[in-house]
Amino acid sequence: MSLPNSLRPGGRNGLARKESRDPIGYAVAALNVVAQSDLIDRLGLRKRAEQAVFTSTRGGFSALGAASRTFARRGKKGEPGVRVPAATPKGLFDLTPTEDEQMLVDVVGEFATEVVRPAAAEADEACRAPEALLKGSLEIGLPILGVPEQLGGISEERSAMAATLVAEALAKGDMGLAVAALAPGAVATALSLWGTDAQQATYLPAFTGDDVPAAALALAEPAVLFDVLRPSTTAVRDGDGFVLTGTKSAVPRGDDAELFVIGAALDGKPALFLVESSTTGLRVEADPSMGVRAATLSQLHLDEVRVPADALLGAADGTTYTEAVRLSRLAWCALAIGTAQAVLDYVTPYVKEREAFGEPIAHRQSVAFMVANIAIELQSMRLVTYKAASRAAQGEDFTREVALARNLCAAKGMQIGLDGVQLLGGHGFVKEHPVERWYRDLRALGVMEGGVLV
Amino acid sequence: MINLETPKKHRALIDQAHQVAMNMLRPISRKYDRAEHSYPKELDMLAAMIDGLSESGASEGAGATGVRRDEKKDDGSVKNGSNLASVMSVAEMCWGDVGLLLSMPRQGLGNSAIASVANDEQLERFKGTWAAMAITEPGVGSDSANITTTATLDGDHYVINGEKIYVTSGERADSVVVWATLDRSLGRAAIKSFVVEKGTPGMRVERLEHKLGIRASDTAVIIFEDCRVPAENLLGSPEVDVKQGFAGAMATFDNTRPLVAAMAVGCARASLDLTRDLLAQAGVEVDYDRPGVLQSAAAARFLQLEADWEAAQLLTMQAAWMADNRKPNSLEASMAKAKAGRVGSDVTLGCVELCGTLGYSENELLEKWARDSKILDIFEGTQQIQQLIVARRLLGLTSTQLR
Repeated sequence: MSLPNSLRPGGRNGLARKESRDPIGYAVAALNVVAQSDLIDRLGLRKRAEQAVFTSTRGGFSALGAASRTFARRGKKGEPGVRVPAATPKGLFDLTPTEDEQMLVDVVGEFATEVVRPAAAEADEACRAPEALLKGSLEIGLPILGVPEQLGGISEERSAMAATLVAEALAKGDMGLAVAALAPGAVATALSLWGTDAQQATYLPAFTGDDVPAAALALAEPAVLFDVLRPSTTAVRDGDGFVLTGTKSAVPRGDDAELFVIGAALDGKPALFLVESSTTGLRVEADPSMGVRAATLSQLHLDEVRVPADALLGAADGTTYTEAVRLSRLAWCALAIGTAQAVLDYVTPYVKEREAFGEPIAHRQSVAFMVANIAIELQSMRLVTYKAASRAAQGEDFTREVALARNLCAAKGMQIGLDGVQLLGGHGFVKEHPVERWYRDLRALGVMEGGVLV
Repeated sequence: MINLETPKKHRALIDQAHQVAMNMLRPISRKYDRAEHSYPKELDMLAAMIDGLSESGASEGAGATGVRRDEKKDDGSVKNGSNLASVMSVAEMCWGDVGLLLSMPRQGLGNSAIASVANDEQLERFKGTWAAMAITEPGVGSDSANITTTATLDGDHYVINGEKIYVTSGERADSVVVWATLDRSLGRAAIKSFVVEKGTPGMRVERLEHKLGIRASDTAVIIFEDCRVPAENLLGSPEVDVKQGFAGAMATFDNTRPLVAAMAVGCARASLDLTRDLLAQAGVEVDYDRPGVLQSAAAARFLQLEADWEAAQLLTMQAAWMADNRKPNSLEASMAKAKAGRVGSDVTLGCVELCGTLGYSENELLEKWARDSKILDIFEGTQQIQQLIVARRLLGLTSTQLR
């Protein structure tokens, strides 16, 4: 650590740039540096310090993208791919899932309870989803939910509603693990919705086969006031292909993803590009964040990554990209509902058991009303999200509905996360209970773009 | 199949209600806000038209009459019935004017009570009456189990004594549904409702209140002094069933709460619609693809208000849909009322703020809607009462455990 460098206050240690040090400040800072090195050496703690540094970057890595399999080029370039039809509404207001949807939700719900929840705390710590859990998620068909039956998937019609219900059920187990398990499906669904015959024939067989690749939809970028519709990552036409440059953030499964769908601006319009992880110029770096840690959030650095002409997924005019953004936000809303439901289910028995002043704290209105409001706002989030999802499944415009759902889920979801911790008091602040994790996870709403998609 | 769009079969009815609200209620909205206590005579014509529509079958459940759970056989299919139709048309009318909707002849809350708890003979006998609802007393508000108005059986009549306040349409209605206790020592189980027709000796309107909002609607203080009511005007069963307790009387609320929630939804949408237009004229357009933090503070605030509004509307529709499909809906009715009540205030007050003195001035209706909406978070159970109900249900607590 060099002294002058550490004394420049702005932009480090969470300090704003306008911070300045007065003489006493300099003295304290200098003392701090001396004290640290002195202490370490005097007490022979160098080794332990190194250990601490190692631990704090656990789950951290910086590497070239995972070696990807060879996706054999098949199909007709430029020919439209297989599409499933939109769901046909009966014109009835109805909150009952179809039988198929209910079956899916039951299976996924059981998986969330039996497998996901028990693995959540450790996966959060390790920034990695357990192998067995990811295998299990393949067995219940998560990656092929949005893939047409004709291409080996299970989708007979637009599956946005079913996928919303599935994401909710999964996130009730754990949001981070849900994102890890749903990430490949986001890419498979994107290929199903917008892929050409060639793109579908090249990539989808891997997703419908036995050895499903990890994959991720990368839309976010590490920038303040990031506008997902104006990515600063660029795609420049070059000969027969494109050259991509920029940085994407909050990309799930960055360490083992073999295929990325990456958002970049092409001729000033946002578009999606298929990039295999072993492409030259692609570097993946761990980006452990406040929550959703089990999803192994990563940054992708693209340094003049060259991709062929048919890497462009969908339209170049921004329409495909915008739809992907909306469908992704919808998926995040579904995740928030699942996690918020987990909070409600956890605090309900807790406030009835926990006693203070000689009776259960649930007997106090200030406590009981918090629980009531969690339930009211949770159902609010759910209905507004379902409305957006059902419109998406029916092929109706859902721009407005998904915007309202995202707005509501960000605000109320976070409030629910906050109240979940508050209701447990000090117990909520320690890792013995899962509410602190849900608190961290729920802050993802309103922040995240991409990663999941319904 | 999950679908939260306006039901296809109700769209014509809702469009109709919208046209009535726009062309009949809005033009006289300010007039009767200023002329508190004068009868909106225009409504008689409207009531006749609505009656005509329902006779012709062109309209279904245009108001408070449509909340009864009919006894038709259940074939297991999903239904969009009169409850959903009612909340949607009430919301539409309240987009026009809440006070005028409440003054609509034969659409009183008392009609809801009759529809909910009357037997078939009473239903037939009170058909076409315009019934107001009298529950609250000077010393009893939310704790309606403690009412002091008494009904004593004397031969084939009940003798009613007591004072009722906040009786909506108390002066204009043909009759009043009054809550009274048969025996105070038996608690809430002994509370029954009675239909008292206008002109019954011993019942008099003491005065009319001057109010913050819904000024088009008259709010009366009614005194009962040895008022003799035929015994057959007791709604439902005269038995005092201590086990069943309050359930009978409270059943009314499961039906009326979604209606009040719908009023808040309608009133708030009036504010949102106008504010969106005024903001657009000022150069502020809400961009749904961009989060609030990337837009102007005004657009961000509008997005938040609209999101909350959407939730209130869907919770209201959910409660009505459950009633249509005979699912118990007390919890959802209270959730809808709680959410819509507070959203009604947040939206209408927020819109005044967004529009500045333009919104505050009587030149626009925004300030009026911000006054009208407040009562919707109070009557038929305040925000706090709804939260109590929701909390008790969720936590499985009794009213003695969670008071």
